Amino acid sequence: MDNWSWEIFWDAFPVVLEGLGITVGLTFACYLFALIFGFVWTFLRRIPFKPLNWIVTWVMEFIRSTPPLVQLFFIYFAWPMVPVVGMTLSPFASAVLGLGLHFSTYIGEVYRSGIEGVEKGQWEASRALNFSTSQKWLKVILPQAIPPTIPMLGNYLIIMFKEVPLASTIGVVGILHMANSYGAQYWAYLEPLTIVAILFLVLSYPSAILISKLEKRMNRRFNKNEALNSSKGATT
Amino acid sequence: MTEPIVTFQNIHKSFGDVEVLKGINLDIKPAEKVAIIGPSGSGKTTIIRLLMTLEKPTSGDIIVDGKNLWKMDKNGKLVDANEKHLRQVRGDIGMVFQHFNLFPHMTILENCMTAPIHVKSEDKKTAKQRSIEMLEKVGLGDKLDNYPSQLSGGQKQRVAMARALVMRPKVMLFDEVTSALDPELVGEVLEVIRDIAKEGEMAMILVTHEMDFALDVADKVLFLDEGVIAEQGTASEVIEHSKNERLQSFLKRFRA
Ligand SMILES: Nc1ncnc2c1ncn2[C@@H]1O[C@H](COP(=O)(O)OP(=O)(O)OP(=O)(O)O)[C@@H](O)[C@H]1O
Ligand SMILES: [Mg+2]
Repeated sequence: MDNWSWEIFWDAFPVVLEGLGITVGLTFACYLFALIFGFVWTFLRRIPFKPLNWIVTWVMEFIRSTPPLVQLFFIYFAWPMVPVVGMTLSPFASAVLGLGLHFSTYIGEVYRSGIEGVEKGQWEASRALNFSTSQKWLKVILPQAIPPTIPMLGNYLIIMFKEVPLASTIGVVGILHMANSYGAQYWAYLEPLTIVAILFLVLSYPSAILISKLEKRMNRRFNKNEALNSSKGATT
Repeated sequence: MTEPIVTFQNIHKSFGDVEVLKGINLDIKPAEKVAIIGPSGSGKTTIIRLLMTLEKPTSGDIIVDGKNLWKMDKNGKLVDANEKHLRQVRGDIGMVFQHFNLFPHMTILENCMTAPIHVKSEDKKTAKQRSIEMLEKVGLGDKLDNYPSQLSGGQKQRVAMARALVMRPKVMLFDEVTSALDPELVGEVLEVIRDIAKEGEMAMILVTHEMDFALDVADKVLFLDEGVIAEQGTASEVIEHSKNERLQSFLKRFRA
């Protein structure tokens, strides 16, 4: 390891670390955007009007099957040139919009699977007891739909954290950007990029463990309900 | 003559191209107990689901306590009912399902008291009090804080009955409420229904395959066959003395 220098490592460390706040902040901003917009997709798809559903499904599919990098470039570089609706956004805002929108389509699917996981009988019982629409959602459907989605939502947080460095390509000054400019300035890439890798590992590995713990707990909960269903099934 | 609490007027119901109910006419008086029997696929469940507003009739009218269930008056014209109208009329009806459909995330007590509190705006103390009494009545006073997954099928079904009863419906619907139960648990559930029936004031519509039970509880029995009411009368007329051939061959399967 002739090229490795601990001196450079410790010199670069605080520089790269400076970008951490932006990287983490961007992750949470994108995530929040995706959580909210995921709800919008789910809501739009539940409106009982077929043409709207087709359009929404198609738009979601389109967003999901284009690379996030292309979406970022489009929003940051191309959108300002679009007549009438075009506008210039800061790199950070472009990244929130681009990555947030991209991931909102996945989050929307997670919500949908949660809602569809609630048995038909639960909707019918809500009606038989004459619940209003909001009571049905708040008292019956969501309390059953949300818990099974929590591990999946957690996974998307980690995935998103790992996608956020894409934003350095449009100039968001996160850890990757800091490492790159350090490298360019001192012609030393190995140490700063190693620091980036270490930071990602240190943050996402414990989160992943936490989420898999959560998942096990949710599974146990789910299996409890499974036992309930199969005892029903056995007697029919 | 007392006014009927439920009237079906020439009700038709199709699923796609298949006509499942072919002109049902029916009067149910307050406090009357009506059993519906008939072969699988004859439309028994559909009749009940139309009344609970889980399905919409293709044509015809359903009148509940003088109000048209599926239609409402708008500027002097009858139009399709909106959710607000449905909620008003539906409040008179309660239902017990074949598969219980208890809320798995709520305790037994919460299962019972949620609707009175939120739908009927009862104060929490009264609702709780009444729910506990109702659960004691169905023999589950010691399970208040248990979750549905901790109960046997028969216990679950008794909770489901208590949950429907605390809403004080004028008409209660039972769709084969014992057919998802282990045989040894059927008795305890039928016993509770008998007790409710004896108290009297509520009309009951029971889809059932338990002929002895129907004989015992029902004032009137309907034999439904391929979407029409093929025979009706007192329980003894229909179950014991009918000359209808299809009814007799249907009944034979239960006597075997
Ligand atoms: N949602 C639906 N879509 C399509 N067909 C349906 C639907 N619900 C019921 N049917 C059909 O309507 C017919 C009558 O069904 P219904 O459930 O009312 O019969 P049933 O008399 O209750 O029978 P069972 O004794 O088996 O419960 C059946 O042929 C059934 O397949
Ligand atoms: Mg049925």
